[in-house]
Amino acid sequence: MSAITRDEVAHLARLARLALADEELDHFAAQLDVIIGAVARVAEVAADDIPPSSHALPLTNVYRPDEVRPGLAPEAALSGAPAVEDGRFRVPRILGEEA
Amino acid sequence: MSLIHRSAAELGALIASGEVSAVEVAQAHLDRIAAVEPQVNAFLHVDPEVTLEQARAVDARRAAGEELGPLAGVPIAHKDVFTTVDMPTTAGSKILENWRPPYDATVTRRLREAGLVILGKTNLDEFAMGSSTENSAYGPTRNPWDLSRIPGGSSGGSSAAVAAYEAPLSTGTDTGGSIRQPAAVTGIVGMKPTYGGSSRYGLIAFASSLDTPGPFARNVLDAALLHEAFSGHDALDSTSVDAPVPAVVEAARSGDVAGLRIGVVKEFGGDGYQPGVLARFHESVEVLESLGAKVVEVSCPSFTTALPAYYLIAPSECSSNLARFDAMRYGLRVGDDGTRSAEEVMALTRAQGFGPEVKRRIILGTYALSSGYYDAYYGQAQKVRTLIARDFEAAFQQVDVLISPTTPTTAFPIGERADDPMAMYLADLCTIPTNLAGNAAISVPCGLADEDGLPVGLQIMAPVLGDDRCYRVGAAVERAFQDRWGGSLLSKAPEL
Repeated sequence: MSAITRDEVAHLARLARLALADEELDHFAAQLDVIIGAVARVAEVAADDIPPSSHALPLTNVYRPDEVRPGLAPEAALSGAPAVEDGRFRVPRILGEEA
Repeated sequence: MSLIHRSAAELGALIASGEVSAVEVAQAHLDRIAAVEPQVNAFLHVDPEVTLEQARAVDARRAAGEELGPLAGVPIAHKDVFTTVDMPTTAGSKILENWRPPYDATVTRRLREAGLVILGKTNLDEFAMGSSTENSAYGPTRNPWDLSRIPGGSSGGSSAAVAAYEAPLSTGTDTGGSIRQPAAVTGIVGMKPTYGGSSRYGLIAFASSLDTPGPFARNVLDAALLHEAFSGHDALDSTSVDAPVPAVVEAARSGDVAGLRIGVVKEFGGDGYQPGVLARFHESVEVLESLGAKVVEVSCPSFTTALPAYYLIAPSECSSNLARFDAMRYGLRVGDDGTRSAEEVMALTRAQGFGPEVKRRIILGTYALSSGYYDAYYGQAQKVRTLIARDFEAAFQQVDVLISPTTPTTAFPIGERADDPMAMYLADLCTIPTNLAGNAAISVPCGLADEDGLPVGLQIMAPVLGDDRCYRVGAAVERAFQDRWGGSLLSKAPEL
């Protein structure tokens, strides 16, 4: 049985906002099947009573002093934008057609 | 000796004494870049005028009597994953083509403060994902030892630039071996500092709990000087370690290993390892013993599951980090014709802007983090991560450092593993445990494999904040081998 199907890959691509072509889906499904088969080996490790590590160092929340300091100027923040209007990021419509 | 063959320490001293100017040194390297780049393709961006301007500024600071550090005026190649206000920053991706960052990374800022002169931005696997630099959207970099082979990755432009004498120093980032593996296969020195020892601010994120900036150089002392120049606490990076930088330069100058306890990792060797790699590794063990180190075998059983754990953790973090490339605030935007929604534009842009390996990892990470699979994959990988850290802790109770080959094989031919992700991932087999545990490790050249005449690297792993031990042992090995070889390993590389 395969570890991951083409339909699952298509679903994941939608979740990840990747408009993949049909050929890409076929190709990735086969490769991901091999990769997931290999990484699934972690399940064989007896680790029920082992705490997970999300991070290498034992750091908890780190705060800096709450001091006013200069941020990016608006022109700098907008300098790499694909589209700008009235000193703001211009984006495609984010809501559905008006009712 | 021509300027391009000098070490960084020598160049710094020559410039400080006034024997040569920073401008002359920069020009010599720019000339070398112009001569060999058509073959090597280490750089994505070179702008001689921007470089010479930096060099002139260093010469002016010196002329004004300013006290400058040991690397002032020394040129450096900078991995194109660190932001730079005066040069484009692409991360090797089409999605950031021609992007000019509005701020400098902390590493960039510290290079400038130390008076290092940035020659340009180096090629890499897209978003630092890969082991060959073939995943760059701008074409592969070639290994100066054999132009048909890979220079390692992801920091392959940085390793090739130093190995081809285009720069005496370069920066890299190491998430699963992306400094040590390229250093090993190009015959140079590459160091992954302790996680948090060097700042991630302004480093385009791949896997935030693993990404670590570090130095490349042609010798151990130069690597230590660069390590010291850009490391240390940074309030702008919330995972920066607030501790003094380990005494790496002093350790690199010492190289004394008498009485040091060295552990050979039992799990790294045997099947899948090239005979010439193992032969050079065993020779390194003998060299260390002859220098008075006490070498024992140490077992780290969890290291055998480090690779699968890494290929769940790193893609999971990448799938989250790369969500920021949404076609809204910077970078590429595709299909915004007034009829499509933001979501459609986003999906089209990401499909066109990202290459295959980045897409594979985003999908893999999305899978590992999805409900129903989270505990079996991401959660379980995090437990394995704990076991690996415990293996290191237990090992470092018995020995001062651990050693292994840096990579299972020498540089492989370009194209050989390009469409076989699992084969590509094996290049990082020996380097990944250190990323998962956050400790320090270095790769130093230890000879050429008999069967193909290509460089082999020795990996030296030290505890968290024990970076100086990597340099101490690295310097000892370097000195002993150079006596034996009658010069550096790189001096045996073919002329370009």
